[in-house]
Amino acid sequence: MNLPVEKSATVFDSSAPVSHRASAQAPIELHHNVVDLPPIILEPSRSWVSLNLRDLWIYRELLYFLTLRDVKVRYKQTILGVAWVVMQPLLTTIIFTVFLGLLVKVPSDGIPYPLFAYAGLLPWTFFSGAVANSSNSLVGSAHLITKVYFPRMIIPGAAVGARLVDFAISAVILVGLMIYYNVSLTWSILMLPALVLLIMLLTLGLGMWTSALNVKYRDVGVALPVLIQLGMYVSPVLYPLSLVPERWRLVYSLNPLVGILENFRAALLGKEFNWSALLISVVITLVVLVYASYDFRRMERGFADIV
Amino acid sequence: MQPTIKVENLSKEFRIGARRDSYATLRDKLAGTIRAPLAALRQRRKAADNRVWALRDIGFEVMPGEVVGIVGRNGAGKSTLLKVLSRITEPTVGRVELRGRVGSLLEVGTGFHPELSGRENIYMNGAVLGMRRREIERKFDEIVAFAEIEQFLETPVKRYSSGMYMRLAFAVAAHLESEILLVDEVLAVGDSAFQKKCLGKMEDVTKQGRTILFVSHNMGAVGNICNKGILLERGRQLLISDIQTVVSTYISSGCAGEAEAVWDDPATAPGSDVARIRAVRILDREGQLMTSVDISAPVCIEVEYENLQAGANLATSVHLMQAGVGCVLAAGNGAAANLTHDAWGYKSHPKGIYRSVCRIPENFLNDKQYTISAYIVNDNRIEAHVLDAVSFEVVDSGEMRGEFLGEWIGAVRPKLAWMTHSLAERETSALFDAEIPLARD
Repeated sequence: MNLPVEKSATVFDSSAPVSHRASAQAPIELHHNVVDLPPIILEPSRSWVSLNLRDLWIYRELLYFLTLRDVKVRYKQTILGVAWVVMQPLLTTIIFTVFLGLLVKVPSDGIPYPLFAYAGLLPWTFFSGAVANSSNSLVGSAHLITKVYFPRMIIPGAAVGARLVDFAISAVILVGLMIYYNVSLTWSILMLPALVLLIMLLTLGLGMWTSALNVKYRDVGVALPVLIQLGMYVSPVLYPLSLVPERWRLVYSLNPLVGILENFRAALLGKEFNWSALLISVVITLVVLVYASYDFRRMERGFADIV
Repeated sequence: MQPTIKVENLSKEFRIGARRDSYATLRDKLAGTIRAPLAALRQRRKAADNRVWALRDIGFEVMPGEVVGIVGRNGAGKSTLLKVLSRITEPTVGRVELRGRVGSLLEVGTGFHPELSGRENIYMNGAVLGMRRREIERKFDEIVAFAEIEQFLETPVKRYSSGMYMRLAFAVAAHLESEILLVDEVLAVGDSAFQKKCLGKMEDVTKQGRTILFVSHNMGAVGNICNKGILLERGRQLLISDIQTVVSTYISSGCAGEAEAVWDDPATAPGSDVARIRAVRILDREGQLMTSVDISAPVCIEVEYENLQAGANLATSVHLMQAGVGCVLAAGNGAAANLTHDAWGYKSHPKGIYRSVCRIPENFLNDKQYTISAYIVNDNRIEAHVLDAVSFEVVDSGEMRGEFLGEWIGAVRPKLAWMTHSLAERETSALFDAEIPLARD
């Protein structure tokens, strides 16, 4: 075999040096020192997880901004805007007043039925709306979860927070109804903030837990509205606890909403508190909240990888 | 001095198909387990086999003020590394120590909501990135000025042009004051003027003594911004060194392309009874096979062909192809069309094997992937051809990247003669004046 053209053709020039920019950058001076700060350690977590409340505190402003965003965005490009917040419990109250109050004549412990129903529907609307909202919150925030770090609990937390704002707005109607029906306030009203806190914690616990489950099993998002719907009938929203037969009341009160809703009305309208139901509510709420927090933290590790 | 980032023995395992699993519903899982418990077990074992290590035994230290470029090809684990360091995902094995606040820019505009106004989004985005409200308030005017969106501050960002949106997003991120900044390819946004501004901002950041980890495919940007580099390949840490060494190692480590296509059997080699192509090769200036070349170095294309018919007037032609562009250029060794007086172009060939080499000059191609098609013609009739036989990648290590770091458009990027002068000083342009030397120095 002959090779007429030799390999040492002129196109190769092994002598030519490769030109490289001679720009070894100068070392950079330090202006501030971070060495004193405790380092952040990233390690694979063990089975037992801490709640890492310190991080939650550091990121508290994000909770505020995410809540604000939820509130602002929801009624953008709607004509009625914030009026929708009030519409939901108000319209439901009107419908139930007509059907249950006037036609079926459901007893209401001597309270005018519209007031009775609204005082039940107000916390119920908050509870159902907030649980539904937060259960979808993590899945809806996949773009955040995969791109930036912050304690993930803030996401369902902000979803609950946004509904708390709605709750406060809708409460204005309740005040109006109370004035209209000439309800005089009693010292019982002082229990109200505690009850609001209690329902908020219960909502937060359930919201966190369902939101984390929903990341892995999208079934949760489908099943939850049905369960919430059923929940309204096993809670004293449109009827009083006194309607439930005596021997079933204990079992019925295992629903933590029973103690909250009954006492919510009692605080507003100056009725007697049902302490035993309240105690059950407090215990169950705390159990739910603690379990949900730890389970959330446990599942949190996988969010970015599977969402 | 203690390192700001200390990574020890870091590994991250991913399950392939985890995404599909995640959508598997409870019902499937329950039904599957009830119907075939054995199959479920077997599947679990199979799932264990479907695991890949996205990162394996990574370990390095970064000192305060260092700007580290993370270099590697697609799938090398660059982004996963940033995700672990920014605490988005947990390491499977190993340990990371971070000293100071970590700001991660894996994307511009994280947390932007289209319905919210520019002002609201600045606060929203700032909070998502970990800025305090006070901090955002303090820098608000600076951010707005940097993004050049003063008059659209109250407009929902969904009405912004994409350029405005990107500018605003980068502006917020650029004002993040964390000790550690993790940046993933965000320089590739916006127009060139804005890119320049971003680059200036990055330089300011490093002057403040903050630590930056920068992931990019753009070797020009990496080479300019970073002073240290880490080369990753398939999840492993190949090299950690000064940035020039890392970039040149990256270049010489080659890409997925084929440097050489050889047809050993003369009977099946592409061609006709007159001529057959025996091999096509991509060579560097020393005649060594290569698939990746620095933009400032020449590329040699070698075509080896066999003449089977004595007296055939053969010539060689190569086409430089680029995906999405088509033919970038066609060049042949005919006497009129080449610079170096090729001895054989369109000349009568005795039987035998010949080797044509064509040299594409340095500072001519763009930082793209190119493929080569080769042709042997006999009096303008194609006797043999191979399409996309070999491919190579041109890597920009910063030769032409003094001023502009964005994506350089164009099929080629020749370094040309330029001369601008003020008309107040002289009347005629020197570029047309043969007396003024414009040739390469």
